Amino acid sequence: MGTRFTGIAASDGVAIAPAFVLSTSVQAVEERRGVPIGPEIERLEVALRAAKGELESLRETADAKLGAEHAQIFTAHIQILEDPEFAGAIRGVIEGEQVNAEFALNQVAKQLIALFEQMDNEYMRQRAADIKDVSQRLLARLQGSSQSSLADIQEPVVLVANDLAPSDTIQLDASLVRAFVTDIGGRTSHSAIMARSLGIPAVVGLGEITANVQAGQLIAVDGAAGLVVVDPDPEEQASFSSRAAGEAEAKARLLALKDEPSQTLDGRRVELAGNIGTPADVAAVLDNGGEGVGLFRSEFLYMNRQDAPSEEEQFAAYREVAERMGGKPVIVRTLDVGGDKEIPYLDLPKEANPFLGYRAIRVCLDRTELFDTQLRAILRASHYGKLRIMFPMISTVTEIRQAKARVEAVKAELRAAGTPFDENIEIGIMIEIPAAAVAADLLAKEVDFFSIGTNDLVQYTMACDRMNQRISHLYQPLHPSVLRLIKMVIDGAHRHGKWVGMCGELAGELSAVPVLLGLGLDEFSMSAGSILKVRERIRGLRMDEAQTLAAVVLELDSQEDVLKKVQTWA
Amino acid sequence: MERQVELKNPSGLHARPASLFVAEANKFASEIFVEAKGKRVNAKSILGLLTLAISQGTTIKIIAEGSDAEQAVEALVNLVASGFGE
Repeated sequence: MGTRFTGIAASDGVAIAPAFVLSTSVQAVEERRGVPIGPEIERLEVALRAAKGELESLRETADAKLGAEHAQIFTAHIQILEDPEFAGAIRGVIEGEQVNAEFALNQVAKQLIALFEQMDNEYMRQRAADIKDVSQRLLARLQGSSQSSLADIQEPVVLVANDLAPSDTIQLDASLVRAFVTDIGGRTSHSAIMARSLGIPAVVGLGEITANVQAGQLIAVDGAAGLVVVDPDPEEQASFSSRAAGEAEAKARLLALKDEPSQTLDGRRVELAGNIGTPADVAAVLDNGGEGVGLFRSEFLYMNRQDAPSEEEQFAAYREVAERMGGKPVIVRTLDVGGDKEIPYLDLPKEANPFLGYRAIRVCLDRTELFDTQLRAILRASHYGKLRIMFPMISTVTEIRQAKARVEAVKAELRAAGTPFDENIEIGIMIEIPAAAVAADLLAKEVDFFSIGTNDLVQYTMACDRMNQRISHLYQPLHPSVLRLIKMVIDGAHRHGKWVGMCGELAGELSAVPVLLGLGLDEFSMSAGSILKVRERIRGLRMDEAQTLAAVVLELDSQEDVLKKVQTWA
Repeated sequence: MERQVELKNPSGLHARPASLFVAEANKFASEIFVEAKGKRVNAKSILGLLTLAISQGTTIKIIAEGSDAEQAVEALVNLVASGFGE
């Protein structure tokens, strides 16, 4: 048996390939005193220019491959590189102490990193990591170091590294790097997020994997289990190889459906869309054949920062998504805060029942300045693609009218200013409150579409907080009560010629697909990774049979029976 | 040439406001400094500004020396007083 290491499961998938060990340890820095200052400063300037050139080309690559948002980090790195407190301080040390550039760099970097690491604020601590990354790059240029580089990878490998910096992951060739494993990092570290968005299996936080692996050694990785096997025995090799081959085959089969219609055997066509949080997520939706974005969770633009995003910032994000989707529809959900989603700078009051409290559209209708800024940004961006606006947490017709009045007011302002926007932008609402579901036919007259948010709809219908373990068994998305409500919503909308989507987790649940299809759902929006599996399922179904199934399960008396029926049916 | 101004925007001189401030300062040839909490840093340095950790309500002094000192101070004071568009 090979040697087993367990780390943090960062990205699913199985792989087996020889190790490529990325050496990040540049040569030790020696201290040389009394060096002539002029030539030493010149070496520093040459290295600074080279490092800046590298960062500029990385920024271009990132911008083209992953979008402006991922490219920002390199702009920040260039800013640090040219900062008087960084480059200027290094020059100062060389001149003042007559030491070599490497030593001066090390001294300045150490002080800055220590300064930022001790700050009591996450934003500042992240700057310490940036300074480290920039210093390593500059040091490598000064030493003209011959460290192994990602550009040297020519054949399939498992990448082994202490950690992968943003500047490393951007250069990864996903067709050759079968998996990567690192000493440090967590599930939400930069490298883990990149692995998931690139679809590369990854295990991070392994401790000392770089010390236990030699270049070329065979390595097997099970990303979902967080397992790494070094030097697997023949039996393990066979098992990992066949699992990896099975995954590759399934992936290829699904990828073949990327540009195929989401259509049943008897011709019922639905739309399969992806849910996104930031513009960077668009790539995954398109790569998986998404026909639109069914839910752009705009609250992500508001999170993890110290102030609300400005109109320009939001406009840039919405426009980027609209343009990259190239005319495919994008539903922007207006700010959905409160409940379990906290944004400190909004100063929302603490409440006894946050899920029944001041949240989402209720906040926006109260704080119209916040709401108007967002609506202006969305409307302006609507000129550059096909955007739709969706209001979350609607319970009454009055709320829809109030929200639409804000949209009209903002439209009038834009018109007066001569700012272009889509005059016919579609407006819809989320259906996640039973009151809205029951009155769907009344609400349908006010809007262009519905999207059912199943996570909250189930929670409110069953009066069950799914995070409460004592009662979480009552959280039943396929309970006939929930399915009957979904039917009411779809029937109510269709009666008025409006379409209905679903953007909760249920929409990507394979077992639920035939029932939802049979109930008449028009659009399914889910995480990008589920789109092709759902498309494959739909292409194997018949609409008339799905309708019969839906009619049958509505009459069953428990979720258990519904699940049994659905599973034995196909 | 120097003037005082109070930071009114909620996030103080962090993140986006800090980088806007540095970008504005870099448009001028003068040497420019920011003084707060008894410390003085180079206004063209994002790292320097961040280390001051200036929060809302703090009054800072903007000091410039050079040919365009007056314009520089004027522009930076206006930027801070505008609340960085927050």
